[in-house]
Amino acid sequence: MIPAAFDYKVADSAEAAIAMLGEYGDEAKLLAGGHSLIPMMKFRLAAPAVLVDIARISDLSYIRQENGHLAIGSMTRHTEVEHSDLVRAEVPMLAHVASLVGDPSVRHRGTLGGTLAHSDPASDLPAAVLALGGTIVAQGPNGSREIAASEFFTGYFESVLAEDELITEIRVPTGTGGWNYQKFNRRAQDWAIVGVGVADGGKGISLVNMGSTPLRATAAEEALAGGASAAEAAALAAAGTSPPQDNNADAEYRAHLAQVLTRRALEAAGVA
Amino acid sequence: MGHASATCVMIVPGRGHRSRAVTAKGENFVEVSMTVNGQSQSHDVEPRTLLVQHIRENVGLTGTNIGCDTSSCGACTIHLDGQSVKSCTMLAVQAEGAEITTIEGLADTARAAGTSTGEQDWHPMQEAFQQCHALQCGYCTPGMVMAATSFLNENSSPTEHEVREGLEGNLCRCTGYHNIVKAVLSAAGEA
Repeated sequence: MIPAAFDYKVADSAEAAIAMLGEYGDEAKLLAGGHSLIPMMKFRLAAPAVLVDIARISDLSYIRQENGHLAIGSMTRHTEVEHSDLVRAEVPMLAHVASLVGDPSVRHRGTLGGTLAHSDPASDLPAAVLALGGTIVAQGPNGSREIAASEFFTGYFESVLAEDELITEIRVPTGTGGWNYQKFNRRAQDWAIVGVGVADGGKGISLVNMGSTPLRATAAEEALAGGASAAEAAALAAAGTSPPQDNNADAEYRAHLAQVLTRRALEAAGVA
Repeated sequence: MGHASATCVMIVPGRGHRSRAVTAKGENFVEVSMTVNGQSQSHDVEPRTLLVQHIRENVGLTGTNIGCDTSSCGACTIHLDGQSVKSCTMLAVQAEGAEITTIEGLADTARAAGTSTGEQDWHPMQEAFQQCHALQCGYCTPGMVMAATSFLNENSSPTEHEVREGLEGNLCRCTGYHNIVKAVLSAAGEA
């Protein structure tokens, strides 16, 4: 399968990429690792007229410890997050979840900024950043803005990113409490049928593939904060969700999985 | 397949940093240069040319197979700057300036490193695949070998479980996984 024809541009800086986005408007798509976009283009589900390759912007590939958080450049590859001693020490949940994305060859290419911008509700890392209470830094023609992960995702493959913005950095808090990530799937390298991320001792609980965006299980979070047990909170994990139905699972089964996996994740994170 | 024809190509200045060629048909091509198995390769390609297609059709190395064509099966696995990638899910232009190793060049990398083994003087992974009979129909084998060597670069003394997880992106439709895992463990022992 071959994508529809497009024009290929290489951006050597964030500013250059933003200028190209301004020039080509909604005809253009940013290309990072390409492991979500290129398959969509091969299936002709996407046919951008211009691809702007941002993966060569070396300034956007870094992992740094800053005041109370790790700052990770958007073009940092999953394999770098997975194997980084700094991430493993400071935000082990993020390194662990990165190690569960796709397979090793996919992780050699995929980028943290790319998976967030793609905003697939079935992806692992957006949900991890959401549970961790991360922040997404987006740069546009008028400068940078910080977007809380909880405000970032708006629908299937949609986010608050403007057409002329790109993600430059992802910030995740360090020094948070117990965590766990449960990914339920039936085939190697597959997406989660349902996934649950628990961060900071249950203060952040996120759901994968339980709606049109990665979701916070707010009812369960609030119950825990109010003194509920892990089992009681987990029973509320699917409250208010509208899970999708597909070949793998119907909505009822997904709701069941969300509850079971939330309980397992909370208990593994040390929440009684 | 829509790969570039070398005939009737006129080079005109491009807006980007690459030169751009326009054929008589008006299609756009860009020049892409990379090193494949130690040899410099420059070709004019359409930007939509997949890396696997480029390797097979333009460079002319057909050891890299196309299986699922959807980044699931790993038959097209090659090394890009030393790391395994699925070449069906990369554009050739993304590999501009990269060092590519395909199954055809793997033994040479081992010979250069002084680690080749066996009567055939192959890469230890190829030798292990032969010794352990780690193939049935053989279609997944080039990708398996490339993924397995990349995996051992990241984890030189894996457990059996880690080998299975490390190869989760490569499917063997003959389901011959047991001997493949044995081969990787055997190669790890020699490494």
